[in-house]
Amino acid sequence: MSEAIFELSQTGRKANTQIINLKSTKININNKYLRTNKPLMPEVSELEVIRHYTTLSQENFSVDTNFYPLGSCTMKYNPHCLHTLASLPEFLNRHPYALPENSQGFLQCMHEMQTMLKEIVGMPGMSLAPMAGAQGEFAGVSMIRAYHLSRKDTKRTEIIVPDAAHGTNPASATMAGFNVVEVKTKPDGDVDLKELKKKIGPQTAGIMLTNPSTLGVFERQITKISKMIHDVGGLLYYDGANLNAILGKARPGDMGFDVLHLNLHKTFGTPHGGGGPGSGPVACCKKLIPFLPIPVIKKSAKQYIISSTGDHHKTIGHLSAFCGNAGIMLRAYIYLRLLGAKGLDRVGEFATLNSNYLMQKLSDAGFEVPFIERKASHEFIVSLRKETKQYHITAMDVAKRLLDYGKHAPTVYFPLLIPECLLIEPTETESKQEIDKFVEVMTKIMHEIKKVPEMLRSAPHATKLRRLDTVKAAKEPNLVWKKQ
Amino acid sequence: MPFIPHTEQDIKEMLHTLNLKNTEQLFSEIPKNLRIKHYRDFLKPLSEMQVTRLMKARAKKDKAGLCFIGAGAYEHYIPAPVWDLAARGEFMTAYTPYQAEASQGTLQTIYEYQTMIANLTGMDVSNASLYDGASAVGEAALMAIRANRNSETKKILVAQTLHPNYRKVAKTIATPQDVEFIDIPYNKKTGTTSLKELHKFRSEDITAVVIQQPNFFGGIEEADKITDWAHEHNALVIAVVNPIAITLLKEPGAWGKKGADIVIGDGQPLGCPLASGGPYFGFMSCKKEHFRTMPGRIIGKTTDTEGKPGYVLNLQAREQHIRRAKATSNICTNQGLMATASTIFMSLLGAESLYNAAIKCHQNSHKLKLMLTKSRKIKTLFAGPTFHEFVISTKHPTHTLLSALNKHGIQGGFDLSHDYPELGNALLICATETKTDDDLKAYAQAMQKVEAEL
Repeated sequence: MSEAIFELSQTGRKANTQIINLKSTKININNKYLRTNKPLMPEVSELEVIRHYTTLSQENFSVDTNFYPLGSCTMKYNPHCLHTLASLPEFLNRHPYALPENSQGFLQCMHEMQTMLKEIVGMPGMSLAPMAGAQGEFAGVSMIRAYHLSRKDTKRTEIIVPDAAHGTNPASATMAGFNVVEVKTKPDGDVDLKELKKKIGPQTAGIMLTNPSTLGVFERQITKISKMIHDVGGLLYYDGANLNAILGKARPGDMGFDVLHLNLHKTFGTPHGGGGPGSGPVACCKKLIPFLPIPVIKKSAKQYIISSTGDHHKTIGHLSAFCGNAGIMLRAYIYLRLLGAKGLDRVGEFATLNSNYLMQKLSDAGFEVPFIERKASHEFIVSLRKETKQYHITAMDVAKRLLDYGKHAPTVYFPLLIPECLLIEPTETESKQEIDKFVEVMTKIMHEIKKVPEMLRSAPHATKLRRLDTVKAAKEPNLVWKKQ
Repeated sequence: MPFIPHTEQDIKEMLHTLNLKNTEQLFSEIPKNLRIKHYRDFLKPLSEMQVTRLMKARAKKDKAGLCFIGAGAYEHYIPAPVWDLAARGEFMTAYTPYQAEASQGTLQTIYEYQTMIANLTGMDVSNASLYDGASAVGEAALMAIRANRNSETKKILVAQTLHPNYRKVAKTIATPQDVEFIDIPYNKKTGTTSLKELHKFRSEDITAVVIQQPNFFGGIEEADKITDWAHEHNALVIAVVNPIAITLLKEPGAWGKKGADIVIGDGQPLGCPLASGGPYFGFMSCKKEHFRTMPGRIIGKTTDTEGKPGYVLNLQAREQHIRRAKATSNICTNQGLMATASTIFMSLLGAESLYNAAIKCHQNSHKLKLMLTKSRKIKTLFAGPTFHEFVISTKHPTHTLLSALNKHGIQGGFDLSHDYPELGNALLICATETKTDDDLKAYAQAMQKVEAEL
């Protein structure tokens, strides 16, 4: 690690050309309202800032520098022109409250994107308001709640969530005021319908499903599930965080889902930024349109407008101060225009081809693939439970060892129901040769597990830092820098 | 045109490995009736050159005049290194730093961010960011309910001078969990929160009080008095602040006798372009005793197996991927890259430039206020000091005035008549450090012309 930037400070040093010169310091505010101390900030030169953060950036693995098969995160290439074009000065300078006559370029892009996304998911309603996947989930389940309440159906207090679901699903359901009821997954990867049947009834508001599931397989009984839930008066929520597997192949709307969210920062090529910003638009069936979050982009006779009224009179409300993460949406729009409908068709095909190919190759290399009998979706699971038992190494050890070989680790210990698992997602933008290199590394690691397990237990060795102590971090929280 | 590198030979070999004839067979588990062959042909693929031409044409339509709109999104100068650095692939195309040893760049940057935000707000700890200032109000309300053990209700008093959309968003986010938001009216003369109205709640069990400084009208609230009142009545204080303003105005940590408890706000002024309203980021800091009730990611410093210092995602037991339905919030992805940009922004400006920017904003806005109110037809609506925004009342309907000003190359401000109909034709105007004396004059002259025309 590098020194914290505060340790570079020299009293009185500054980035001279960034200083705003004042003719006077006169102000028209009474002293009693004023700050009397200077906040601690770095005192450094411009060059020092540049070196410091350039050096820090180099301590990251990223899609631009490494193979990054992080399951459920869709770490595909983020085309550079997305950033370049979303950064055109007129787009950057557009104030969120700019008049419609100064906004037709941006609004047209957003309106066209809504139209394309509706076609992709097979649903007629859409709002771009949610700022990330979890907020999209919250919007979706809140719409389900508002729908039931609008019909005076007040007894629907439960949301069904499969045990394989992402943690945000139950957390979002709780935030929307529901109790969460978990259903089990069968050994073949599909939802246990017998158990589901027992758990649904007049108290069921809906179900949150991902399809393909986080186990990396398509839920084959989806039409049955849809009927079961609808028969008891519930609605179906689709977690569309990762749509990569079914782009051009199937649509959630056709499967019987009523509402969903999409992560533009996964399927639609916008970068993850080391933890955001994302964007999580929601789409819905006709009867849920009145409940969509606002504002929504519309086309009137004369122009495109941002609207908070009209069709959405039963709206769940606003989710952000303005209009969501507009800059991310603009990037996704550019991505959609680059690919076109035909290009999108091929994304699902090649994301799935890469995933199945890598799954087969790792199985051939001796790794346990719990769902090898199934077709993989855009991702698949490897379990190290046998190696854990026999050689006392864990999935985390393998993850850390991969870093030594310059490969980012897959997602570990998720989904929770498969012990010692790696969730692997190569994405469509990786070449066969890159995937083959990863297989080579994994093959070496399998050899090390058997011959030199200690190498794994003490990994990583080649990174700047060795394994970090998270227990200590939690026990003695050090969350801000202080002068020694 | 998709970003797919496969050659015909690659595809052949991969299918051979899988013992498949074609890629279609990969989708055999999707029931036939659910399969689509392709999308309705909505748009043709474009090359990068074509898409560049298209986007430049679109951007051109959004060219607008000098911006005097604020209302929660402020035009500030952003030094060149901020986005040169933040947009580096290593920052921009990394994921949330789950694998600490492969993410020290992001982790250390956010640790430095937390340090800057804590110091700026006068608090002990900060999280790694929330979505925006508006959603931060909802999260802070839920946090206050977890943190305030002296209150048995879920009642939150909210100043009506808080950004109207912040109030709306807080309701969307927190009311499903039975939080009750109660608006506190403002004093019609000063445009600041009425202490008299606040005092009406003296015998009720209140969980927290939310005030914005400077408030939505640009006015300066009696933050000390409100804070002391809240603490005397066992309520926590949630401060919503503009991060640049508080280098000049008293930081929330110093409000009243004990200081605010939770501080939030929108970090946009710290290096995020206006960009149609986002991405920005919400910041959140608090006193030490409350940090375990905070939502969102928090970075902590620790050591590796050789004793070298490094950083990790800390206190994850509060979060959705561990606690699931019992997590402090559902937030997962936050606004990491924007927080990274703001860290670089604050490093470049330092305390002195941030302070100078705040003063210049205030001075420019004050100058403009004087210029505009020279006309007898224009009056400021509220008495009292303002930071970098102020409200004027005009003879003509605000929206008519705004489109007229727009024709003279001036984006004149934010129309208050929808959110505060009681104010009549009221316009919220902002001038930041980016405006020169000529810019201010241009506004005043445009206003004169428009008044003559209308």
